[in-house]
Amino acid sequence: MTAEHTGAAPPPGSVGDRAIRSTRRTRRWGSWYVAEHRFLSLRAYAQTVTVTAIGNPIIYLYAMGVGLATLVDANLGTDAVGGVSYLAFVAPALLCSAAIAVASDEFTYPIMIGFKWNPVFFAMNAAPIQPGQIINGIVIAVFVRIFVTCGIFYAFMLLFGAVPSATGFLAVFVAVLTGLGFGVLLMAYTATLTEDTGQLAMVMRFVILPMTLFSGTFFPLAVLPVWLQWIGWISPLWHGTELARVFAYGLSEPLWLSVLHVLYLAVLLAVGWAWARRITARRLNK
Amino acid sequence: MPEPVIVAQNLVKKYQDFAAVDGISFEVAPGESFGLLGPNGAGKSTTMRLVGAVSTRTGGDLRVLGLDPNRYGPEIRSRLGVVPQADNLDTELRVRENLLVYGRYFGLPRAQVARRTDELLAFAQLEDKAKSKVDALSGGMKRRLTIARALINDPSILLLDEPTTGLDPQARHILWDRLFRLKEQGTTLLLTTHYMDEAEQLCDRLVVIDNGVIMAEGAPAQLIRTYSSREVLEVRFGSDLNADVAAQIAGMGDRIEVLPDRILIYSENGESELVRIVDAGLTPITSLVRRSSLEDVFLRLTGRTLIE
Repeated sequence: MTAEHTGAAPPPGSVGDRAIRSTRRTRRWGSWYVAEHRFLSLRAYAQTVTVTAIGNPIIYLYAMGVGLATLVDANLGTDAVGGVSYLAFVAPALLCSAAIAVASDEFTYPIMIGFKWNPVFFAMNAAPIQPGQIINGIVIAVFVRIFVTCGIFYAFMLLFGAVPSATGFLAVFVAVLTGLGFGVLLMAYTATLTEDTGQLAMVMRFVILPMTLFSGTFFPLAVLPVWLQWIGWISPLWHGTELARVFAYGLSEPLWLSVLHVLYLAVLLAVGWAWARRITARRLNK
Repeated sequence: MPEPVIVAQNLVKKYQDFAAVDGISFEVAPGESFGLLGPNGAGKSTTMRLVGAVSTRTGGDLRVLGLDPNRYGPEIRSRLGVVPQADNLDTELRVRENLLVYGRYFGLPRAQVARRTDELLAFAQLEDKAKSKVDALSGGMKRRLTIARALINDPSILLLDEPTTGLDPQARHILWDRLFRLKEQGTTLLLTTHYMDEAEQLCDRLVVIDNGVIMAEGAPAQLIRTYSSREVLEVRFGSDLNADVAAQIAGMGDRIEVLPDRILIYSENGESELVRIVDAGLTPITSLVRRSSLEDVFLRLTGRTLIE
């Protein structure tokens, strides 16, 4: 048996040896190549992306932060929501919700497409790209889209005068973490689906929508009866929103709670990411 | 003899208790065009995935370009071109972009990928379609684009899984012409097919696979010589009568196969067998004398036709 037949490194100059050297770039940069691909694909629905990124903040900030706020502030004053205007209260929550919305788009149907409807993941994997790199590349691309979306959203918040605190810009990073932390879990779940028989629509209706309503988004969590408050405690959106409020208008909460928000989101991100990589590796290796 | 580029020894792939590939061994030499011929579900595609380093073997040994796929998957794949059974071009991208994006996956510099893309669009006769959407292409064009994509890295081995299934005859011939050119240029081809004419056209050597095992191995002409007669007489008497007639003509030719719709009589001289049938007072509805093909080899080996 030669060295080649024991699974050891092939002799220098052989085809195998050349293959090993020429694959170093993909081993290192493969995730970025996948991200590049995703950006190119984004152009197919560039209009939707742009309209969402610019239209959403205007519509939501105006409807909730100006329209509803007039009613709330006039009837309850600033005591209703912890000493700030309703606009200042609701804006960080809307920012985090915007991140969740982008994550919900990007981590669901594009994953179904890649595995099933237009199985480009298999094509990537037939090239030297590894399953984990596919997931990394998607996360990178979605990170950029969420970051830009939240950046634009934040600019509108400033324009609406919704950010009393100088540390407000940090809320953008919190929102990105919120979107990704929730999104990678959703991606991992989507990756387990071999058939879409309405599961994703159910997730939108019975997970994402209730999460948006009961995460202290439009009213403080404490307003809810205790038996409903758990939705907030496990909701990434509640953790994100509360932390964003700390930065945006100085919501007072104990430091340990702020740290907990970050930890909770970081753990979701780590677990979801690793889970998605595992499922993808299993699904592509048939 | 040059070092083989693919060596499979006792290769096994099991899904739970079901062995899709059940201990097959073969070698492919550089520049050779090697075929896996067999019906649907024979284990051809599974073998392709194993060689393509995207599926982990359950047993046996496999070396592709001297490397073990279990350890050097991405490295092996960097030297392969893969044309899967179902097109998986990115329909969100334009024709040209599909090649540009794919080239990047091999770590190739942008300028080099762009140059290669233009060459391949010409090779695939798709220059006019460079900016088209993928969905606007015909089936044959999509296949050619998939082959062009598989060639973006100038692969050492091109894997083609059922390359012309589902194409009309004209599109098949265009594709065969392109593949034949690659073969002339010295590209190693590993292809699966259940079309015997395709195997005869493209393969220097092939294995007949059924139920995950190799039934026979050799050059197409050699397999036909070994497992079949020179000519075949096909006669039809109508579905209801075929079986009865077969009993009456038993003993004619070297061998007789009765299929639901026709009777095959294997013989060195088909015409003389037909004369004997007519002399016996039987009148077939249709009759045809043809040369033996790989289809006959397969029928002989497995008792079944390739396309059922």
